[in-house]
Amino acid sequence: MSTAIELIGITKRFPGVIANDNINFSVEEGEIHAICGENGAGKSTLMKILYGMQPADEGVMKVNGVEVDFSSPTDAIAAGIGMVHQHFMLADQFSVIENVILGSEPTTVGGILDFDTAKTHLAEVGDAYGLTIDPDDFVSELEVGERQRVEIIKVLYRGANILILDEPTAVLVPQEVEALFDNLRELKAAGSTIIFIDHKLQEVLEISDRITIIRRGKSITTVNAADVTAGDLAELMVGEELPSPETTESTVTDVVALEVQNITVLDEYGRPVVHDVSFKIHQGEVLGIAGIEGNGQGELVDAIVGMERPLSGSVYLGGLDVSLKSVRQRRDEGFGYVPKDRHEAGLLLVAPLWENAALGHQTKPPFAKGWWIDRKGSHQRTDEIRERFDVRSPNADVAAHALSGGNQQKLIIGRELIGDPKVIILAHPTRGIDVGAQAAVWNEIRSARAAGQASLLISADLDELIGLSDRIVVMFHGKLVAELDPAEITPRLLGSYMTGAALQGGAQ
Amino acid sequence: MNTSWTRRLVLALAAPVSAFVFAFLLSSIVLILSSYNPIAAYSEMINNAVKLESIIDMLNEATPLYISGVAAAIGFRMNLFNIGVEGQYQLAAFAAAVIGAKVVLPNGLHMLFVMGVAMIVGGLYSGLAGLLKVTRGVNEVISTIMLNSVATLGIIAGLFPRFLEEKADGAVGLGTTPLAETAWIPNLNGVVQIFTRDIVKGRKLTGILVVAIVVGILYHLFINRSRLGFDVRATGMNPLAAKVGGVPSKKMILLAMGLSGVVAGLVGLPDLLSKSHSYDQGFTKLRGFAGIAVALLGRNHPGGMVGAALLFAFLNTSSGVLQISKTASSEIVTIMQGIILLAAVVAYQMVAQVRQREEIKAASEATGANA
Ligand SMILES: Nc1ncnc2c1ncn2[C@@H]1O[C@H](COP(=O)(O)OP(=O)(O)OP(=O)(O)O)[C@@H](O)[C@H]1O
Ligand SMILES: [Mg+2]
Repeated sequence: MSTAIELIGITKRFPGVIANDNINFSVEEGEIHAICGENGAGKSTLMKILYGMQPADEGVMKVNGVEVDFSSPTDAIAAGIGMVHQHFMLADQFSVIENVILGSEPTTVGGILDFDTAKTHLAEVGDAYGLTIDPDDFVSELEVGERQRVEIIKVLYRGANILILDEPTAVLVPQEVEALFDNLRELKAAGSTIIFIDHKLQEVLEISDRITIIRRGKSITTVNAADVTAGDLAELMVGEELPSPETTESTVTDVVALEVQNITVLDEYGRPVVHDVSFKIHQGEVLGIAGIEGNGQGELVDAIVGMERPLSGSVYLGGLDVSLKSVRQRRDEGFGYVPKDRHEAGLLLVAPLWENAALGHQTKPPFAKGWWIDRKGSHQRTDEIRERFDVRSPNADVAAHALSGGNQQKLIIGRELIGDPKVIILAHPTRGIDVGAQAAVWNEIRSARAAGQASLLISADLDELIGLSDRIVVMFHGKLVAELDPAEITPRLLGSYMTGAALQGGAQ
Repeated sequence: MNTSWTRRLVLALAAPVSAFVFAFLLSSIVLILSSYNPIAAYSEMINNAVKLESIIDMLNEATPLYISGVAAAIGFRMNLFNIGVEGQYQLAAFAAAVIGAKVVLPNGLHMLFVMGVAMIVGGLYSGLAGLLKVTRGVNEVISTIMLNSVATLGIIAGLFPRFLEEKADGAVGLGTTPLAETAWIPNLNGVVQIFTRDIVKGRKLTGILVVAIVVGILYHLFINRSRLGFDVRATGMNPLAAKVGGVPSKKMILLAMGLSGVVAGLVGLPDLLSKSHSYDQGFTKLRGFAGIAVALLGRNHPGGMVGAALLFAFLNTSSGVLQISKTASSEIVTIMQGIILLAAVVAYQMVAQVRQREEIKAASEATGANA
């Protein structure tokens, strides 16, 4: 076996931070190599350097023993490297085949797109690696796991034999994760080298051969997956032992904080995507909604927070009918909301952190003074959030895009939680957050719960859903189809409810 | 501290300056190709521009351009492309001229009344485009283009003949009835002459300059300091995140379009309050489109647009001189303006990249020192 990739002394600096600080490690040909580290440790930056998206300040990279100097991803692709990003980069309005060939379109003599050649080639790639997908499907109609498969196929189509996957499992449910891992094993069997980033340590141990730990920009060590436990990994990442999770007793009261009555939402074709959904959440209670993405959770949340008006149904906040109120009025009445996609709906990426912290709270002190934005108050509150939620950033004036994915997420969580809302809607609250910070966020959610906050939790991370919720309801095809006790359910069983399998089996 | 401040200033100016230099070189080539002497042409422009009277001309020209730039910028900050400033200000000026001539009001109050009418008409007309977008989903680019035609070719062209001045001898004038002197804005010659020699050749520095300065300050306070301005900018940066953050998107569209139009209403005021005092054949047109260029070149920045407006005003006022002195054809000025604008767009992009690299280098030195 030879060395596929060797990184020697890679260093990369950003304003106020050293993202990569003399990184050294190598990846053997045909192995699955995981990279683990806290949020902001420098993992994505390192991968972007390897993929030619950003230049390193110092250091040497070797691919298959040859020193390389990529000035763009095109160079990396030519060297056989492909990358699937944390945030998918597919064009929704295009079909699978159009997305796959985008940027490297095969043409016939006249410069006309040659779809037949493309499809044949796509089928070859698919067969070779056991990845199947209908080339004519529209991306907008695909589920998350399928979209990811398109991303991977897209990379393979370009001839990559070294694959970089940045947090590929963050958006997947367990079944999809398993499907992905099967694909990865096939790829490995076919001789590909895979580098991937993941915050879920069990997954890392399951799939990888070796693991490199990065802590605060430095490569700490590379270990064999077979020789370590999740606890060992966490310790290596953080540099100290992880606090054991708090034991929690129920804090549920009998005061209703949020009541949702008979909500029905239609899609653009007039079909119900949310069908007559009703539930109550009490003060001090966390209600989890389990479901595969696309079963109406997003539309339900939009109706609750006031983003879209549902066809029918009402929302009560602590007895107050807010059904006709705007998002801003609902927020002012005590709603908090962590949206599922931080880039799409959570952040003003080009704006400084303090403006991002103000977003959603710009009507109230300390962010506002009368009709004016209170810059000083905003800065102070932002610094509080940075401190309490460990948002790693040089100051409150850097732009949000300069933060690592996990730190962006922590900023959003902090912004929503620090205002002590009566009801908070948490859509995938710890997506992309490292194990240590995840435990910290969970503690914040639990102590808010203990103080009487009601939470609606949506998460693809079933351990999180089971661990935090007092009750779990399953959403399937727009309906709430089952209510489960988290104390008595396993992720596996919950997964089968989510796919509808358990329902057909007569579990109801 | 100090060096980083100057550095930032240098970087901020790099784009417009390099665009200007590029335009300068390209225009020279154009001049040479059309067999003029560029050096003679430029020195003619400069010699002219340093005269006090020319500076007054320039300021008079820059004043409405700046106001028009602010009007466009308010929309741009929210990603609303209001290209209807043209129709808005012409209609506003026409209405203000007609209504203003019909009322009798004390000195000063009359002037404010005319301003008020212009702002209201501009705001309502622009708000119409906002309303179409909010209720019918009509793209504001399309609606404002159409509303421009409706205003200039429809409403004004249709009503103008009906409101022509009727002179005492029964003859019909070339414009609307002039506004009474109570509505004129005082000129600023007195203020300027405190610092300089007497202004001659009948030049008068328009009092609207004060209005433009106030507009610039209010624009800055609104967009950068107020809650509403924050909502406008948030919507411009990420409409969905702004909506999640409670910003009422439809209301913001109406507000931004409306405000843009209110400011647009002021663009035609120099003609009404300090030049001809009526809406006539010679009413200055095309300032709405020029305002878009000012906003682009000045990057919607309250200060940046001052520079952009002055630059365009300088070029505009130079064209006459070139014509008269026969050192170049006056069209070269239009060509230069176009080149500057194009070059600026490219240069801003390039400077943004350089700036990022600079920042990173500076920061790496800083962190390297204490790491
Ligand atoms: N474009 C940028 N400008 C400035 N700083 C940046 C930029 N990109 C990353 N950084 C900084 O570099 C550091 C490493 O970021 P990186 O995204 O590599 O972290 P990560 O290990 O991928 O974290 P996560 O697990 O949260 O995704 C962070 O402190 C981040 O703030
Ligand atoms: Mg990352």
